[in-house]
Amino acid sequence: MTAPNLFKLPDVGEGLLEAEIVSWKVKEGDTVAVNDVIVEIETAKSLVELPSPYAGVVAQLMVAEGETVDVGTPIIAIGPNAAQGPAAAEPAPDTRAAETPATSAVEEVEALKPLVGSGPKADAVKRRPRLAAASAGPAQAASPAAAPAPAAAAPAAAKAPGQEPASSIISKAAATANRMVARANRVLAKPPVRKAAKDLGINLSEVLATGLRGEVTKKDLLSYQDQRAAEQTAAGSFWTPAAGRGAAEDPRIERIKVKGVRKATAKAMVESAFTAPHVSIFVDVDASRTMEFVKRLKVSRDFEGIKVSPLLILAKAVIWAAARNPSVNATWTGDEILIKHFMNLGIAAATPRGLMVPNIKDAQDLSLKELAVALNELATTARAGKTAPADMQGGTLTVTNIGALGIDTGTPIINPGEVAIVAFGTIKQKPWVVDGEVVPRWVTTLGGSFDHRVVDGDLSARFMADVAAIMEEPALLLD
Amino acid sequence: MGKAQHAASGTAGDASPIQEAAAPDAQAPGRPQAGGSSGVLQQRAVGPDEAVQLLDEHGTLRHEDTFSPYIEALDPEVLRSFYRDMATVRRFDTEATALQRQGELALWVPVVGQEAAQIGSGRAMKPADYAFPTYREHGVALTRGLDLADLLKLFRGVSNGGWDPRETNFHLYTLVLAAQTLHAVGYAMGISRDIATDPETEPAAVVAYFGDGSSSEGDVHESMVFAASYDAPVVFFCQNNNWAISVPFEVQSKVPLVNRAGGYGIPGIRVDGNDVLAVYAVTQWALEHARNGHGPVLIEASTYRIGAHTTADDPTKYRMSEEEELWKTRDPLQRLETYLRASGLADDEFFEQVKGDGDELAGHVRRATLALGGADIRQKFATVYAEAHPLVAEELAWFENYEASFADADTNNSQIQGGAA
Repeated sequence: MTAPNLFKLPDVGEGLLEAEIVSWKVKEGDTVAVNDVIVEIETAKSLVELPSPYAGVVAQLMVAEGETVDVGTPIIAIGPNAAQGPAAAEPAPDTRAAETPATSAVEEVEALKPLVGSGPKADAVKRRPRLAAASAGPAQAASPAAAPAPAAAAPAAAKAPGQEPASSIISKAAATANRMVARANRVLAKPPVRKAAKDLGINLSEVLATGLRGEVTKKDLLSYQDQRAAEQTAAGSFWTPAAGRGAAEDPRIERIKVKGVRKATAKAMVESAFTAPHVSIFVDVDASRTMEFVKRLKVSRDFEGIKVSPLLILAKAVIWAAARNPSVNATWTGDEILIKHFMNLGIAAATPRGLMVPNIKDAQDLSLKELAVALNELATTARAGKTAPADMQGGTLTVTNIGALGIDTGTPIINPGEVAIVAFGTIKQKPWVVDGEVVPRWVTTLGGSFDHRVVDGDLSARFMADVAAIMEEPALLLD
Repeated sequence: MGKAQHAASGTAGDASPIQEAAAPDAQAPGRPQAGGSSGVLQQRAVGPDEAVQLLDEHGTLRHEDTFSPYIEALDPEVLRSFYRDMATVRRFDTEATALQRQGELALWVPVVGQEAAQIGSGRAMKPADYAFPTYREHGVALTRGLDLADLLKLFRGVSNGGWDPRETNFHLYTLVLAAQTLHAVGYAMGISRDIATDPETEPAAVVAYFGDGSSSEGDVHESMVFAASYDAPVVFFCQNNNWAISVPFEVQSKVPLVNRAGGYGIPGIRVDGNDVLAVYAVTQWALEHARNGHGPVLIEASTYRIGAHTTADDPTKYRMSEEEELWKTRDPLQRLETYLRASGLADDEFFEQVKGDGDELAGHVRRATLALGGADIRQKFATVYAEAHPLVAEELAWFENYEASFADADTNNSQIQGGAA
């Protein structure tokens, strides 16, 4: 007995990957001719009737109505009908003859793919399965057809740059890298969106970007504008006159469901504030040299295209000071104190989703420039609301840059699992006494909160004094 | 305004005269009264209900002084062959659509409803004439003597063309909308130069096929300007099938396209595109006009795409079935069959034979298509440049890597994934 022909679901549109079997126009045992309509399917584009590519007897409908299957899935088995005619003369073999193709079809299908008919409806969007990264290497090496092609391409690719002197290639590469960094820092947006933002007086970097490539879309801009407008108008109408007395539900009380980041933040802060006895200390610092240093970095060729701010120096100072006072970079477990010989430096960031504290892993290993790039990336990612959970885990010490909001100082609450947090106040010119004379200097206030279970007063004071020392004289970093 | 445009307007028969047709638009507020003052443009000359028609939808012949003589000279065998050609291409179209639904073609462009416009115009051409098709001229291909199975190579992705245009003077299908109209005018200008160089050259003309959608493209305008400027022997044959994919004709133009001919100073003819006799006659007239050195002609064949734009399109999403039903009453095959039967020029035997021959052709097309095998993507890389090129090699390597990264890579070497196992 010849095996039945299997008709696989074709791509009837252009690049469609799946379709739903809407209704069968034939049943098992029906005789069909080539081009007889056998089934109606629905794709993302349209309802389509499929004509049979085979003549014969329908051996099996392999997909139930209502099921969505991938292109290439066998949907119907059509057996050859030549054997059926003569067999009709002999009743006994006829039964077998009619059943055999059906059975073999089932077996074949089961060998190919599990029978469709159960399980959840397929997702609307599907992608072809990719090989696992680990297996990709051996698979390619094993394939003789794939191997020569990349090899042939490699010399070709190497050839073009080879025509230039090596030095120019290197300097070009460096220039490219700088441009890349500059680009990474720049908020992406199409020109009309930029223009609209400018017209509306909106700083694009404040807008949550949802574009495919991380760009701020027009929609993002408009929703930001809507929100801003709503906030501004709401400010005028915020105070609501009393509606009446005795109402069980006062309409003047707005209820906001606590969820997501707000909920997580609340939980973490309660946990921290009521389990770790906080001690907070403050120190005023003349940060004029830090400001000069930042200014010099900004114009240096090495930092071209990289955003540099005093926060960079503070971050470096914190890392430097923690190495001299290791107990601040620790965790209290109750019966043990875990001293971390690495710095995952947390940076508290206000994001569209709420307060996030992503951290820079192994910040102690980063050069000043690498740290600058890492800070920028962290801020960009957080602003875009794309901070990954892994980026927020495993922090060892946190900096909160309240100065960005124009605040002098405050008592920060320690990020749970850590024992120290540094608040970086605003830097502004203030009268400062130098050698008995009052002169204007760039002054800031550093605040720190410490878990007294781990960090005693003297240690916290030494740590803060070390941080302050760097802010006063960044050259000490060279030490 | 050319003689033919007068003729076209004059044949409106029971349709309204020109002035009345123009009147409604002229009443728009703020517009000068058309024809009311010297120097004010007449809105249009040919109205939307006017067209040359020699065989109406009931299969009745109508007389028209300029164009009827082209039909009266025809042998009954020719009239029967018009029907045969239209039925053949319709059967072929059904088979190709089925092949696409069975996964054997990536795409198909149905022609149902436009058979008269294509067979009529194609049959009017002489062997020395040259046709520049869009991607839907399957009927014209038939009249030029192509093996219709060759048309499917492009749609299966196994060829960038499928036939040698020099053998049949039927150019390769052009998928870039309206691009072929420029090629057609260039070719026509070449014919003029050939004749200027060697007066013994056989006079020939070019037919540039395009649609109502393409008429909005700049290429068509440029083509007509050049054709008019150089008196190029080209016939612009616009099949206005009323739908540019999902955009209705009313959006393309406020007046019948034929009126644009006036702007270029060339003759324009609006013809019932579902009347194969009228299409044949007006195209004959236009080709003679062009071959005789009088320059280009624009023909607007008013027809209708009964099916989808392509097999990837679903017309139920953008138009009402009432409209399709209305146009089915104007079917080009039906009216000729009615006429042939009524006048005793064809009987059941003839129509049976046509059907049998059509099925035979369909079988041939199916066998030929299945024998084509799958597409080889490497061949596409190999034909980007004549010689090996490092960038192409790099891109091929990238593609091979990419393809190899899929878990089901082995089963997807062919572009045609589903279909008959």
